[in-house]
Parts: sequence; structure tokens; C-alpha cells
Amino acid sequence: MVAWRPATLVAGRWESDSARTLVLDVPDWPGHRAGQHVDVRLTAEDGYTAERSYSIASAQDGDHIELTVQRVAEGEVSPYLVDVFAPGDRVEVRGPLGGWFVWDAKAPDPVVLVGGGSGIAPLTAMVRERRRVGSPALFRVLYSVRTPQDRLYRGDLGSPSDGGVDLFVAYTRRAPDGATRGPGRLGVAEVNTHGFPADVAPTCYVCGPTGFVETMADALVALGHDPRRVRTERFGSGGGT
Amino acid sequence: MREPEHVDANVLAGPLSEILSVDLTTAERHCAVCGAEGVFAELHVVADGPGWVASCPRCRTLVLRLVRTADSLWLDLGGSGTVRIRTGP
Repeated sequence: MVAWRPATLVAGRWESDSARTLVLDVPDWPGHRAGQHVDVRLTAEDGYTAERSYSIASAQDGDHIELTVQRVAEGEVSPYLVDVFAPGDRVEVRGPLGGWFVWDAKAPDPVVLVGGGSGIAPLTAMVRERRRVGSPALFRVLYSVRTPQDRLYRGDLGSPSDGGVDLFVAYTRRAPDGATRGPGRLGVAEVNTHGFPADVAPTCYVCGPTGFVETMADALVALGHDPRRVRTERFGSGGGT
Repeated sequence: MREPEHVDANVLAGPLSEILSVDLTTAERHCAVCGAEGVFAELHVVADGPGWVASCPRCRTLVLRLVRTADSLWLDLGGSGTVRIRTGP
């Protein structure tokens, strides 16, 4: 059994109007691999509990983990975590969980990351872990997001100091002023242009809402990528693609 | 009726850790119905009230049900395939 551990909010950081990164202190955190998630448990005063899974967005950093929570309208848990949960407050976390949707920091293979909306969180953990360990693996990141205001990890993901990491952002609803690409969904041709060709056998990670992940995983396979090298994490509906 | 949206069986890593000592989500899987080969984490999972239902991503055969009640976890392994949990290199 993976134990539930108390986690205390150290700091909160707004990533957009509706998404906030929670920096949690988890004593005796055993460390995690990039791409893993945790279950978060909230307990109300009357004993009622609610559990949700969130990807870890940070690289390994001692007892600290970072989760980015996107507010879901009429959600039971996310409005609390985004708008109410304050430094010093506690939740319980169970993790790190999942050994499949993870990037091996020792692997030299090129990597294609395709994220939709808040599905960019575990992929950002991979980019940050790459930076932390100084991995030479080449990364290409494709990020589908509604508008420039919804974009997460601005100034970090796609930072020019991250040599070997290319970022392509596809705005689906509204593009920034002066952009040459009009708003629209990420297409197969763009996955072809901004990803790696199948011949170099990259490992591909796709995360986002279910419909987005299905479309992108199919696109990668149609472009000749081995389905066994396409790892997916769907999180249902919503999430801001 | 619209089908509920599925997620990946990755999400079962936490709940299954309550009853299993290995991470089943990384186990290799062979479907007895359609022959699909893959990884347990690739199963499609629908959260259904107090539990989860996992099915084969190719043929939709039901593979596992996990239901939580006040004092128990119910696990229905149903059959329909094998999983291989590697214990050595």
C-alpha cells in the first residue's frame, strides 16, 4: 500500500486566471519520476472525503512537489484547491503513483510531448527533470491551449535557456496579436512538422482531455510512429484545450 | 445516451496499491478475447459511481471492476486475459 501522507501548502502560484500551482511540502517524500501523479484526499469536518488524481508538474526537489490545479466550474474539489486552500492548510497525498506514463531521465532517445490544456503539467515535469539532470535527450513539445491567457508555465516552458527543447504552441480559440497562425486545432501536419519523424524512433507522450488524446495518438500512429512508443494519459473531459 | 468518457488505467495505481504490493499498471497484458498485447495502464477506465470499470482498449471486453464501500474494496478480475508482472531484469 502506498501510504497517505500529510501535505502542507507552502506557496501558491497563479499560472492563469483559472489555474494555480500548489507547492506542497510532503515530509519524507520518497521522490518521483517525471510524469507520475498523486491522489489527493480532502476530508471535510463531517468526515466526508473526496479524492482526485493530479499530475506532478515539478522535477524532483526534496520534500516539495508541485501540482497545477485547473478550476472546473461546478467541480467539487478544484474550486477549493484553486481559490480557498491557503498556505499552512493541509491535505493528504498518496504517491508517487504510476510507472507507465513516465520519462526515464537516463534514456537518450528523442522525445515528443503533446499536451492539451492542463495536460501540459506532467509533460512540463519531464522538461524540468531534463533540465535538472542535464539530459542531452532532444525534446519537441506541442502544446494546444485555448488562448494566450490560458497558457501555463509562461516564461518557464519554452525558455530559450533550455537548449534542445523546442516548443510549438497551437492556440485553438484566439491567437496572440500578430501571430501568423490563426486559431485552430492542432493538426496532423503540424504534429509532423513540429514533432520528430518516426524514423528516429522518439518516445511520444500525449496528455490531455480524452478526445484530444485520442486524436493526437491516432495522428502519431498515422505518421508512422510505433503505437508501443506512444504513451497516453487521458483525464476525461474539460481541461482547456 | 452518450458514453461516459474514459481515462487510462494509470489512474488505478493508487486504489490498486491498497490491495496489491506491485504496481499492476506497468504489467504486460494479453487479452484472451481479441489477442491485444499491451500494458495494463492502457486499459480504458470509466469511473462509475463508487468504483471503476476497466476494459480492453481494442475489443472493450470487461477486464476489471473495483468498487469501494464503507468498509471494503471489491475487486472483480473477471478473467478475459493474463497479466505478466516482471520480477527480474
